[in-house]
Amino acid sequence: MPETASSQALDTFPRLLLNHARIRGSKAAMREKDLGIWQCWTWQGVADEVRALACGLAEMGFKRGENVAIVGDNRPRMYMMMTAVQCLGGVPLPLYQDAVASEMLFVLVDAEVRFLFVEDQEQVDKVLELQEQLPQLRHLFYDDPRGMRHYTQPFIHDVRELMEMGRLHNRNHPDLLATEVAAGAPHDVSIMLYTSGTTGKPKGVCLTHDAFICAARGGVEFDHLSEDEDILSYLPMAWVGDHLFSFAQAMVTGFTINCPESAETVMNDLREIGPTYYFAPPRVFENLLTQVMIRMEDASAIKQKMFHYFMSVARRSGAEILDSKPVSFSDRVLYALGNFFVFGPLKNVLGMSRVRVAYTAGAAIGPDLFRFYRSIGINLKQLYGQTETCAYVCLQPDGEIKFDSVGKPAPGVEVKIADNGEILVRGPMLLKEYYKRPDATAEAINADGYFMTGDAGLFDDEGHLKIIDRAKDVGKLANGAMFAPNFIENKLKFFPFVKEAVVFGDRREMVCAFINIDIGAVGNWAERRGIAYSGYTDLAAKPEVYGLIQDSIEQVNAELVGEGPLADSQIHRFLILHKELDPDDDELTRTRKVRRGFVAEKYGVLIDALYGGKDSQFIETAVKFEDGRQGKVAADLVIRDLKTFGTAGREAA
Amino acid sequence: MSRQIGEVILDLKQVSLSFGGVKALTDISFDVREHEIRAIIGPNGAGKSSMLNVINGVYRPQLGEIILRGQHFSKMNPYKAAKAGISRTFQNIALFKGMNVIDNLMTGRNLKIRSNLIQQAFWWGAARREELAHRAKVEEVIDFLEIQHIRKTPVGRLPYGLQKRVDLGRALAMEPSILLLDEPMAGMNVEEKQDMCRFILDVNDQFGTTIVLIEHDMAVVMDISDRVVVLDYGKKIGDGEPDAVRANPDVISAYLGASH
Repeated sequence: MPETASSQALDTFPRLLLNHARIRGSKAAMREKDLGIWQCWTWQGVADEVRALACGLAEMGFKRGENVAIVGDNRPRMYMMMTAVQCLGGVPLPLYQDAVASEMLFVLVDAEVRFLFVEDQEQVDKVLELQEQLPQLRHLFYDDPRGMRHYTQPFIHDVRELMEMGRLHNRNHPDLLATEVAAGAPHDVSIMLYTSGTTGKPKGVCLTHDAFICAARGGVEFDHLSEDEDILSYLPMAWVGDHLFSFAQAMVTGFTINCPESAETVMNDLREIGPTYYFAPPRVFENLLTQVMIRMEDASAIKQKMFHYFMSVARRSGAEILDSKPVSFSDRVLYALGNFFVFGPLKNVLGMSRVRVAYTAGAAIGPDLFRFYRSIGINLKQLYGQTETCAYVCLQPDGEIKFDSVGKPAPGVEVKIADNGEILVRGPMLLKEYYKRPDATAEAINADGYFMTGDAGLFDDEGHLKIIDRAKDVGKLANGAMFAPNFIENKLKFFPFVKEAVVFGDRREMVCAFINIDIGAVGNWAERRGIAYSGYTDLAAKPEVYGLIQDSIEQVNAELVGEGPLADSQIHRFLILHKELDPDDDELTRTRKVRRGFVAEKYGVLIDALYGGKDSQFIETAVKFEDGRQGKVAADLVIRDLKTFGTAGREAA
Repeated sequence: MSRQIGEVILDLKQVSLSFGGVKALTDISFDVREHEIRAIIGPNGAGKSSMLNVINGVYRPQLGEIILRGQHFSKMNPYKAAKAGISRTFQNIALFKGMNVIDNLMTGRNLKIRSNLIQQAFWWGAARREELAHRAKVEEVIDFLEIQHIRKTPVGRLPYGLQKRVDLGRALAMEPSILLLDEPMAGMNVEEKQDMCRFILDVNDQFGTTIVLIEHDMAVVMDISDRVVVLDYGKKIGDGEPDAVRANPDVISAYLGASH
């Protein structure tokens, strides 16, 4: 059959693109809102621009196998540049757009980047700051010409010049692109993504065309995605999740990716596009819910009553209706009414009216949060994976959703649990290697070809994988009981008032915690009670806020009693930090995971105070502002003792 | 900077303005060159806002004249000023609070609308084409000032700093050749001030707009303006480049308040 013949050949991203241009050339491939109007590129249009970009790069002396760094927000031309580089057998290397210059330096040097494609003046300035440390840099292209008139450096070019050059080149060498694409092989590296580096220097994860195409096809099959999906691409391009959902899956099925106008307009753009397929880390779902709740508190009494009544109906039966499980007739009628009055309009406000499948991944999602979205009829599911596995290991099948598991192994993936509890995976989607780090590659992939995820987990009776913690973070308390810090922190973070939590307890006699409050939620709570505050530091130190957080933690302590081996991990003492943990201060990774070791070292004084039985501690901390300036925050932090519970449920104080 | 400061385009000659017995401005002369950023500074009540109001014709000076691109105006009025390409922002934001950002900016295009009321009421033919063209222009301003996220928000609901930006946006929507800014940074925090400075410099640089601004923040004035006029009790006490003005003893005693 010709069908199989052609699908066999569709084994690299450039070939997929050319195929889309051939069979659905006039269908929308990408959209971007510019000057208030959604601009559209068809697959043919994308193929033409990619050809111009690729030929331009060839003209500039680009060589096969080279790495091209791409830095910026999600823009159609940024995605096109990825394919253009792949056409020539190069490797695109997207970087986090909010990284400061010094963070970019390591990667640019490590990957010997000669060609850089950035979005705008802000990114150009960052590169110029590093220019002297980048002797290998040859060409810097920018997408947005705004503010670039006075940059006269000869190696800085408007990407339009590059494309113009490419079109000319293409006229003289019309066969070049076809030859280059034909020379590509599925086992070539298609993209390099640097891991956020919770530990040590970032490592470049090399993933092949084959790996990503397999992962994308698996996901597409699993959720029956078609070319008619619409997705909003707003997560950092350097994140594996965006690459899988916005790039690989779009390339495999031919659906449309939509780029928001700016980072601030995402909510609006979401409503205008109404994506059918949606992907967000738990943090985004959490922010959306917080916004809804804040607005509900300000709504009129009738609306509030209606909202709370129908939400209770939804909690009772919404998730069951979504999973097509049996539900009583009266609840069905009430749910339908609720859908008309509350859930429908709410989904519309959230931009989720058309969502068929929504995924969340990257961190644990709170059970209440997860149930909320499912109960109003959004098919939100969890997946589990990491950069090294193309974000593709486990998926939750429709109708088998459990909030505390991440689902079953995805098609084509083998998952097994090692003796020490670590999750091992094997399959076509594994990384090829870490860039220039054979030592790290050998450490991560064992003799049987399993990738060692570093996560500890277990399978439940129905074959669903449950993640407990990072394998290396799982420690022991002084009395030998198991201590899983992330597990506890996630429980804390499920409270809307707690933004971030760091707990300590490994090899210690008790568990203590640092808390970051959520300034939005706590601020609103404080305003409602007429508590005046001047900023984060002030609000965090209020005794009322301490009381609020204390209640939350004690609730967690009560829950922990029922968690068997973790009952001894109840939190005995806590304090609220005087500043928010921030990636600019290296306290969080760019994906906003806590760097535990770094935080413990930086705030050593506070830990000593927690364990030393003091009831307050002075601390002064240097902070870095977004524009690179330095400042200091100082505060006298209060430390409070908490109620803990005996395993029999008795209060032990 | 590639921007070239050109010839004098606005020249004020011996302007005096009084309200009854109160002399707001006495015998003031200064000029503004094309593409420059010209600051007017002075203590409260020195006559700075009156000066701007004279330039765009809100107040009519009893004496003196205004020469705009070689044309003499002894009686300027706001309509003539606007027609001649002068637009302004206000110290106490004067936007339509109940209208959204787009509609407020569209009012800045009002003078350029050619179609008549009836055509507009039916929004048909030329009126429709015209409005689309104006809307496109407004979108450029929105893009320029980075206010895409508040496009459809009623202005009254916006924080003060953003309202100021919308106020500037409306003035820009007129595509002015001379822009008068009345304390564009009053009441803003450091970050908002920095943003506003950048927008003012960008306007000047990208569109070559001549800017006359009143500002209290000395650091800002000294940083961004090409020349500074200093007023005190309605009289001009200094005029020149920022460094020269800073060194002028009259200015120091009247305004900067430093010891001699």
